[in-house]
Amino acid sequence: MAKIKMKKKSTSTDMTAMCDVAFLLLTFFILTATAKVPEALPVDTPASTVQTKLPDTDLAIITVGKGKVFFDIKGREIRKRTLEGIGAKYGIEFSEDDKTKFALMDDFGVPVTGLKQIIDMKAADRTKANQPGIPLDSLDNQLKEWLLISRRATIDLDDKELQIAIKGDAKEEYPQIKKIMDILQDQKINSFNLVTGTRGKDF
Amino acid sequence: MAELNTGDGGGGKGGKVRSKKQNSKVDLTAMVDLAFLLITFFMLTTSLSKPQSMDLSLPDKDDKNPEQKDTKVDENRTMTVMLGGDNKIVYYMGLLATPKVGPKDIAYGKDGIRRELLKQKKNVLAYSAAKGKPDQGIIVIIKPTKKSNYRNLVDMLDEMAISGVDTYAIVPEFSPEETKLIDKKAE
Repeated sequence: MAKIKMKKKSTSTDMTAMCDVAFLLLTFFILTATAKVPEALPVDTPASTVQTKLPDTDLAIITVGKGKVFFDIKGREIRKRTLEGIGAKYGIEFSEDDKTKFALMDDFGVPVTGLKQIIDMKAADRTKANQPGIPLDSLDNQLKEWLLISRRATIDLDDKELQIAIKGDAKEEYPQIKKIMDILQDQKINSFNLVTGTRGKDF
Repeated sequence: MAELNTGDGGGGKGGKVRSKKQNSKVDLTAMVDLAFLLITFFMLTTSLSKPQSMDLSLPDKDDKNPEQKDTKVDENRTMTVMLGGDNKIVYYMGLLATPKVGPKDIAYGKDGIRRELLKQKKNVLAYSAAKGKPDQGIIVIIKPTKKSNYRNLVDMLDEMAISGVDTYAIVPEFSPEETKLIDKKAE
């Protein structure tokens, strides 16, 4: 009788390849992830079941919360062009340095006269700056100008219509939202996006 | 001076330092665990950080000839939903003077407005089919009052999307009777 000798198998597997792949993927995801910067005006968006993603470029976001209105444009070149346009409109000179800084910053909510101060601040200070919001009453409707000029800039640069999204706080009262919608409709923007959170299908 | 180095052998064992044969494999389990955990985290956060949005298209606003924007519709097909303060909804079918259903108070959510919407939608479809125009569905008129908030509006638009109502309008105009109705109910 020949004895069958079982080979003793090693219990540990070679994980080198797996480790390689895992770290490769990890590096990829870390590099592609965009760092989230704190918003100047934090809002709690209402939830909805509709899930359409917002576009990444050619987008303007109007943030409404606590009675204030903030404005944000995506896309650096468009931001630069918009700032030039606003400067020309209100007779404020912005240096090349200001434009570069403005292109890199996020949403803001100051009248045009205070814009330079905000641009000069550090990113961390901007969120603490207690910005008063963009004026939009009938006497001094700066939001309208921002919209007009940024739309023109988008058409000039990308030959596309700027998409508008409204990001409203859930507790914001309807008249304030209505005011924004009216401003948009006055410019014949009849189709826009409402930024919402996600919610399950059977809530 | 050389004696100083030989002293730490602990006696007369000859001072031979035997180096253990080391295993060349390192246990990578923990490292892989950590790597995958981080991958999962980054994957989820990158795809979820993109904000969701809801499309909204409003009809053309034409201030020059306001009489043109009045479109006549069958009152049997319209459902008016008024959004009041404190998350109240008042709805009625047809005209307020001669309502087919309501006016009634109702709550948000699955058992409130959605059930009613689906029911009325079915009724209207049956009515339209009887008239020989089965493609004419329900028309919902959403009337947000000044006291209602943005969440109410988005919830209502969401209900439209869930229940598959394609024709709806946001009309923030109130007749005196309607104002009375929603104010009274809101108490």
